[in-house]
Amino acid sequence: MLKLENIRYEVADEKGSDKEILKNITLDIPEGKFVVITGPNGGGKSTLAKIIAGIYKPADGKIFFDGEDITDCSITDRANKGISFAFQQPVRFKGIEVLDLIRLAAKDKNLTPADACKYLSEVGLCARDYINREVDASLSGGELKRIEIATVLARKSRLTVFDEPEAGIDLWSFQNLIKVFEHIKELTKGTVIIISHQERILDIADEIIVIEKGEIASKGSRDEILPGILGSDAAVSMCHVQKEAMPRV
Amino acid sequence: MMTIDDIEKRILAEVADIHKTPTGAYNIRYNGKAQSRNSTENIVISSKEDGTGIDIRIKDGTVNQSCCIPVVIAKTGLKDVVTNDFYIGENCDVQIVAGCGIHNCGDQDSQHDGLHRFFIGKNSKVKYVEKHYGEADDGSKGGNIMNPVTEIYLDEGAFMEMESTQIKGIDSTNRVTKAEIKKDAKLIVRERLLTNGTQEAESRIDADLIGENSSANIISRSVATDKSKSVFYSRIVGKAPCSGHSECDAIIMDDAKVLALPGLDALSPDAALIHEAAIGKIAGEQLIKLETLGLTPEEAEAAIIDGFLK
Ligand SMILES: Nc1ncnc2c1ncn2[C@@H]1O[C@H](COP(=O)(O)OP(=O)(O)OP(=O)(O)O)[C@@H](O)[C@H]1O
Ligand SMILES: [Mg+2]
Repeated sequence: MLKLENIRYEVADEKGSDKEILKNITLDIPEGKFVVITGPNGGGKSTLAKIIAGIYKPADGKIFFDGEDITDCSITDRANKGISFAFQQPVRFKGIEVLDLIRLAAKDKNLTPADACKYLSEVGLCARDYINREVDASLSGGELKRIEIATVLARKSRLTVFDEPEAGIDLWSFQNLIKVFEHIKELTKGTVIIISHQERILDIADEIIVIEKGEIASKGSRDEILPGILGSDAAVSMCHVQKEAMPRV
Repeated sequence: MMTIDDIEKRILAEVADIHKTPTGAYNIRYNGKAQSRNSTENIVISSKEDGTGIDIRIKDGTVNQSCCIPVVIAKTGLKDVVTNDFYIGENCDVQIVAGCGIHNCGDQDSQHDGLHRFFIGKNSKVKYVEKHYGEADDGSKGGNIMNPVTEIYLDEGAFMEMESTQIKGIDSTNRVTKAEIKKDAKLIVRERLLTNGTQEAESRIDADLIGENSSANIISRSVATDKSKSVFYSRIVGKAPCSGHSECDAIIMDDAKVLALPGLDALSPDAALIHEAAIGKIAGEQLIKLETLGLTPEEAEAAIIDGFLK
């Protein structure tokens, strides 16, 4: 359903010369699959997700969604064709309430609070406490991250891309989050792409794509790829860095 | 029965949420004159002897009651000046709604200058809602001008929450709010302002914290678009152990100009005063996020402004 052909993306570095972030990425993501993209920090995963959502325009290459060339489509057009994107770092808004945001996401001004609450409950938030909270700096990082996931759930898109949904979410809720992802797949019969470093998420993938230094280092079914990642130096050192950065509970 | 023409109906709905004859205490001022009025046992409205406005007297212990005093101007070239005094007894809990709407149908300026004074008794709670709104017939060149002055005197333990909104159609405004806050009393002011076209708005808020444990919280949000100009001054004076906080947030767009001059004046070493201010464009990432939900850039901008001014 989603095809990327020779996607290249570059930015101007400090000295003004071009720095290649993505080099020639070609991918074919089939319908109804649960795909996990992983790889070292700075490898280009978020950049790729933003190219899919239309936030970045590739320097070269083409993107097809259901066979249609969407390379030149705006973010809005892609969203309306059925692409959703949950940000790695969700955006905060002064004055916009959680209910407003879910209504915007669901494209239903009259969505009842009760219906909106379902999405919040799904991500483990006690809906009544949050529905009228503003999506502003008063929310904790983990709360904001869950609300981001809830808004994306409300869209029921055919393709949903989550950028590190587990970041900032506590261990207990993480368990339930996995169920949420499984549920989306049933609900939308669509495709879910998750960018993640978590073994537990890799564990439920149909396919795994490893992106390193702007290139696809490997891809294939979970059984083909997972043993390789867990054994590799890259993954071990990456996990090590992450653990150190994490405050002890 | 009073007769309400369509313009008046619309303006009353807009500024005071009145859709039919209001219940409770009210006073409707229309084109510079009192048009209809109702007092209740606890809330008595009377004209001032010199004819400059009205007095609203609320008895001690009045709770869960409201009073509504909207002003409608549907004339061009009218300059309406009025003084309304609210004497609120002790231990009350009341809501006061005072909106003003101008419909300008001609080429002369129409203006409303209202002075509202609140004398709030010990341990009383007042919620004061004030909405300003203007509209004009197509092609009419007259400006809509409003210069509201609000004076607030909070006695010991009293609380007032003032909510003022000016979202549409006022070409020029010069707003002054002054408060004197005694021991254990608390003031919250929330101001929402949108300017567009060539509108100019200026708001000045002075809060004097004169009693121990008094507090003031001033929250101003404004959006300035097109070639409009918006100015915000605030000054919180701490004369006793007290706490004051002000926050001024502005979204600036197009060729608009925004000036924010917050002031803190601590005259007691135990005055804790804080100010936060920010002026900026709508954050690009906010627009992008809403676009990923399927909104067009224009819809995204409108949703962000709506939320911000809510
Ligand atoms: N505007 C930019 N200017 C310079 N470098 C950039 C810019 N945007 C991204 N990069 C670089 O591109 C690389 C890829 O970034 P990206 O955010 O896609 O990585 P990632 O794989 O998502 O990493 P992580 O696992 O840490 O989230 C990084 O080295 C980053 O520093
Ligand atoms: Mg990333």
